[in-house]
Amino acid sequence: MAEHAQYYATKAQANLAKLSGVVRKILIYLFLTIFALFMLTPFVFMVVASFVDADAFAEFTQYADFTKLGFQNWTIGNYAQILNSVYTDNLGNVKQGANFLQYYLNTLIVAVGSTSVTVITAVLAAFAFARLEFKGKNLLFTLLLATMMIPGEMMVITNYQTTIQLQWKFTFAALIFVHGVSVFYIYYLRQTFQQIPNELYLAAKVDGVNDFEYLLKVMVPIAMPTIMTIVILSLMGSWNSFIWPTLVANGNWKFNENYDMKLVSNGLMSLFATNANGYDAIKIAGSMVVTAPLFIFFIIFRKYIMRGVSRSGIKG
Amino acid sequence: MAKLEIAEEVKVVDSGDGFVHDTGHLISKRRGKSLPQWATAWIVLIPAMIFLLLFMFYPILNTFFMAFIQNFSWQKGAGSFAFGNFFAGLQNFCQQWEINDDGVKYCFIYNEIPRFGFENFATVLGNQTFLHSIWNTFELVIIEVPLTIMIALLIATFLNGIKALRGLYQTIFFLPYVTNTIALGLVFQIIFSSGEGGIMNMLITALGGQPVNWLRSTEYHLNEQVTLAPASRFHQGVVIVTYAIWNGLAFKILVFMSGLATIDKQYYDAAKIDGSSNFTIWRRITLPLLSPQILYITITSFIGAFKMYTGVMSVYSSVATTAKNSFYFGGDVGTEWMPIVGWIYKELDSPTAGPGVAAAGSLVLLTIILIITAVQYGVSSKRVHY
Repeated sequence: MAEHAQYYATKAQANLAKLSGVVRKILIYLFLTIFALFMLTPFVFMVVASFVDADAFAEFTQYADFTKLGFQNWTIGNYAQILNSVYTDNLGNVKQGANFLQYYLNTLIVAVGSTSVTVITAVLAAFAFARLEFKGKNLLFTLLLATMMIPGEMMVITNYQTTIQLQWKFTFAALIFVHGVSVFYIYYLRQTFQQIPNELYLAAKVDGVNDFEYLLKVMVPIAMPTIMTIVILSLMGSWNSFIWPTLVANGNWKFNENYDMKLVSNGLMSLFATNANGYDAIKIAGSMVVTAPLFIFFIIFRKYIMRGVSRSGIKG
Repeated sequence: MAKLEIAEEVKVVDSGDGFVHDTGHLISKRRGKSLPQWATAWIVLIPAMIFLLLFMFYPILNTFFMAFIQNFSWQKGAGSFAFGNFFAGLQNFCQQWEINDDGVKYCFIYNEIPRFGFENFATVLGNQTFLHSIWNTFELVIIEVPLTIMIALLIATFLNGIKALRGLYQTIFFLPYVTNTIALGLVFQIIFSSGEGGIMNMLITALGGQPVNWLRSTEYHLNEQVTLAPASRFHQGVVIVTYAIWNGLAFKILVFMSGLATIDKQYYDAAKIDGSSNFTIWRRITLPLLSPQILYITITSFIGAFKMYTGVMSVYSSVATTAKNSFYFGGDVGTEWMPIVGWIYKELDSPTAGPGVAAAGSLVLLTIILIITAVQYGVSSKRVHY
């Protein structure tokens, strides 16, 4: 009897454990789904709102009338209005507004330019720190790492004046060169370079390869995944940069009065004040226009981006 | 004979890594002398050093000194160099010269002469708006950072425990990382719009509550301005914190996930044999082994959060451009939730205070960050397992 009771007890326990396991799984998925919805809601809202006719959306936000979001009110008119730089204001005046094709081009120029400069300086400097011996190497490297603690605002105050002094205000040089070096990328690349075995270097030396050839033909190809990560992170950073462009390039190009040199984030801010004033749907379409290219980029390079970001986070 | 010639060319090359290589004859055969390593090192460092010196080391020192110069102004003709402006300011002590009856030139109106001291810091620390901005920043940091880290830790642990749909969830949680802060801040603004039409207010009404004025006291309805009751500090703070959490989770989850992936499965198997509960396993194994990542995330999040600016500004952005002051952070005077960095940019632009005060403000920020980081290292040094 006692054995039977024990048998059933253990069986019940096992069932209970199984059940609690299932319940736990359900709870875990529930928790994750709730947070996934929290993450996704703004995106879904953004996509829907950007396609709804601006007046219909205004009625929706006033009367909480969900029928206004129906497909009969969907249009690409908001996008047309954003990509068309000329708009008519409340008083019927035709005005020059935000021109996003222009902002795309500007941002692309800055992104490619500053990424190239950043990668070149980082590869060269990381090579020196990882492979070569020179006096003061450790001191210099420690100094570099120490600057990572310092808030960027301290640099911005002087850099802004330097930019004016160099006559770089409203030029692309200010956007490309002032952030032409990243201590973090040097550090990150140095870690990768250091993992390349010494024997390769010695073998190359025996073959009469000089340091520069060794860097270009051996180290750079081996470190290519890390360099790709840096390229991607740097491109994304340029696309999202806001404060510095606002300070030095929020207007027309120095060498051409008719050339608006805003970047996408600044363009978005100016859109709020001009074309779309009062029309939420158009503003959201503007947000879509700024966000979408980065999303497409993310879908293509998803693995690189996620691996790169997570690797850059492990610093021990 | 030929062999002997090569042997004579043999040199000893010190590659600098502790080994001595007699490879000189091969190198000399091909292209004569090779550059010593220190020379190569400085050549490849030149591009980075130019940028670092001009746009990083120099600005840091310059801003540091600027903070100690009172009546500092850039318009002294010495560019961005603080000392240059200082001495130029000393020379231009006189605004208007006059000649007296004896024919002697004397200074009729004096300029304010720059001098060294702690006046800028006194100005900064006596400034109500600055103290308010420090308070704002602390308040937001203390609510936002621990909350984000805890949620991220929970999500990462749960994600690590499931197999199906893991990749999908991981991608969804990563999405905010690849968005534009300004663009999504605007979307949050509209989700949290005041009156009955905001998504958030619809949810509250559906649950039986009253609609809340989240961010603003004025709204555009059908292109007409509508004035509502003023938005309270609390409700504005809720929106800012929600956006900060939404924006900050992605990176932290990813780092925790990659940390969890490196934990040896044997620990878990051993704990299961011992019959430990899931919570005990998480508490005794996962947390300690994840502590390097937790420390890293804690420190970087605190530093990042003290420097918050764009995130706070973006949830007010469309108001910012219509308000008189382009630096708008809610409330009647536009400073309700102004963070420290917002104050620094405001002073940088201000004609009365100028860059010296802004520099002093940024030094105060640096001090706060250094203290917080040092405290975190001190507290965690005993608890982190490497």
